[in-house]
Amino acid sequence: MIDRDLPEMPCRELVELITDYLEDLLSPAQRTRFEAHLAECEACNAYLEQFRQTIRVLGRLPEESLSSEARDVLLAAFRGWSRR
Amino acid sequence: MREGDERVFGELVARWSGMMLRLALSHVGSRPLAEDIVQDAWLTVLRSLDRFERRSSFRTWVLGIVVNVARSRARAERRSIVPFSASNEPVVDPSRFLAADHPRWPHHWAVEPVSWRTPEDDLLAGETRKVILDAIDVLPPAQREVLVLRDFEGLTGTEVCNILRVSDTHQRVLLHRARSRVRNALERYFTATETM
Repeated sequence: MIDRDLPEMPCRELVELITDYLEDLLSPAQRTRFEAHLAECEACNAYLEQFRQTIRVLGRLPEESLSSEARDVLLAAFRGWSRR
Repeated sequence: MREGDERVFGELVARWSGMMLRLALSHVGSRPLAEDIVQDAWLTVLRSLDRFERRSSFRTWVLGIVVNVARSRARAERRSIVPFSASNEPVVDPSRFLAADHPRWPHHWAVEPVSWRTPEDDLLAGETRKVILDAIDVLPPAQREVLVLRDFEGLTGTEVCNILRVSDTHQRVLLHRARSRVRNALERYFTATETM
């Protein structure tokens, strides 16, 4: 049940707290207000989903890697170092 | 590693250099300079191995060295580095919300976000991928650094705090701002294209 003593969390406040929410770092009162607002606000649900999609896509971006020439230089440096 | 095992070193270089390169790139725009930084960092690792005190994981220590090398190289090359800013920028343009004195919905969305119609897999392709990469490129360096380490490399908040030597709250604030900016960039793109 929503605690009716807690002030409603407006959209402007919710968008600042999403990362904390996703890491489960909101206080119990904040989390109650956050979820109560989500239950009633389609726009914030859309925003939250966009935010989650953004995070997921960031995790799936393809990788850069060090060129093989650069790696060879490092291995040569290592050999020089280990011979000391 | 301390016994001079070349194979182990080679494996670490292969496994971590990509991540180190991306971390270096988040400091300097130039790829050749970033490669240089990674080289320097590995050489520093070799030179400093005796001083590794095991207070953190080896990876955290190595990435911390990359950050130090990147920062001094960036300064030396006179690349402007924005110091870690604790600005209070809102993550969404305030004009998107109704005013505080609105009679019914103070601080609620004035212009509501709508679900993106592009399937998530397509977000990685072509135009949208470029939108994302460009958005990352123009992030303040501190935000870019955290975003790369957390969301791209998948490191934990704790590890990122140790690498960058910032508080947990600070890295989370930077992360949230960075993610918000990337989302904003995608939204601007979709608003421009999906309504056509």
